[in-house]
Amino acid sequence: MLASRALSLVSKRAISTSVCLRGGHGVAKVEDYALPVYFDRRENPLPDINYVQTLSPEQISLKEKEKGSWISLSNEEKIALYRISFKQSFAEMNQGSAEWKSVFGGVLFFIGFTGLVVLWQRKYVYGPVPPTFDDEHKAKELQRMLDMRINPVEGFSAKWDYENKQWKK
Amino acid sequence: MFRAVFRLSATGARSLARSQQCRLAPVATRCYSHGKVESDEEFDARWVTYFSKPDIDAWELKKGMNTLIGYDLVPEAKILDSALRACRRLNDMASAIRILEAIKDKAGPHKDIYPYLIQELKPTLTELGISTPEELGMDRL
Repeated sequence: MLASRALSLVSKRAISTSVCLRGGHGVAKVEDYALPVYFDRRENPLPDINYVQTLSPEQISLKEKEKGSWISLSNEEKIALYRISFKQSFAEMNQGSAEWKSVFGGVLFFIGFTGLVVLWQRKYVYGPVPPTFDDEHKAKELQRMLDMRINPVEGFSAKWDYENKQWKK
Repeated sequence: MFRAVFRLSATGARSLARSQQCRLAPVATRCYSHGKVESDEEFDARWVTYFSKPDIDAWELKKGMNTLIGYDLVPEAKILDSALRACRRLNDMASAIRILEAIKDKAGPHKDIYPYLIQELKPTLTELGISTPEELGMDRL
């Protein structure tokens, strides 16, 4: 719960201007961060404080009406009471967003940019490859491997037909 | 996990059988090899008693409800009935609606639990005048 409090993006702090007196030694100021916070979480349906801390006169009179029979409350009044205590309904807090599209697009963009950087590096930064990568040199390497009978049973040389000097069909 | 290993090595097959039995019990209990396992009825009764306290205060209601939602279960109708009546005693209509939203969310993919609970709670809801989130249009955006 503490972690979720730290991570929550919406918070409404309880307004407290009172200070603590302790044994006549002095006054300890209650810090803002030490007060209960409002947050909408599925796993914490009833937060520590109401969302709306200072009520307007209509809200005060509605709260008085709440003390009577609830059957006399209209739907709008019930919703208004809900919105005093809570910021978002469960439906609102659980809704997804389209943020994943931006994230995915951004990721692909930066991967693409990295590709451009790599191509530029190949052209302007790296020197030439060693001569052993030339086709002629590679052909000589291949012939040497066949002469040494590399993996003659099941691997490399096993696939070469030494009689006809070609790869086995 | 290490506690479980220690338990199995230190005790014997008997405790292994006990802890097997424990795993079938409601998850609200702790798995002690020697402790008593609480039955479903005892669990329900304990929570009904908690919310039935006549002078329950707002903090206790919040604490109880948040703890109950933390368990891996959807509360029985009688526990919710007790909690809604506690909201009435505290003159807190908003929390009553919030509780109904929370248990619908708690049921998750099991879509038939919430209508069943509303059906069971209907007498209480009409008696106290609590509207469901659906009636208020709060289940939609």
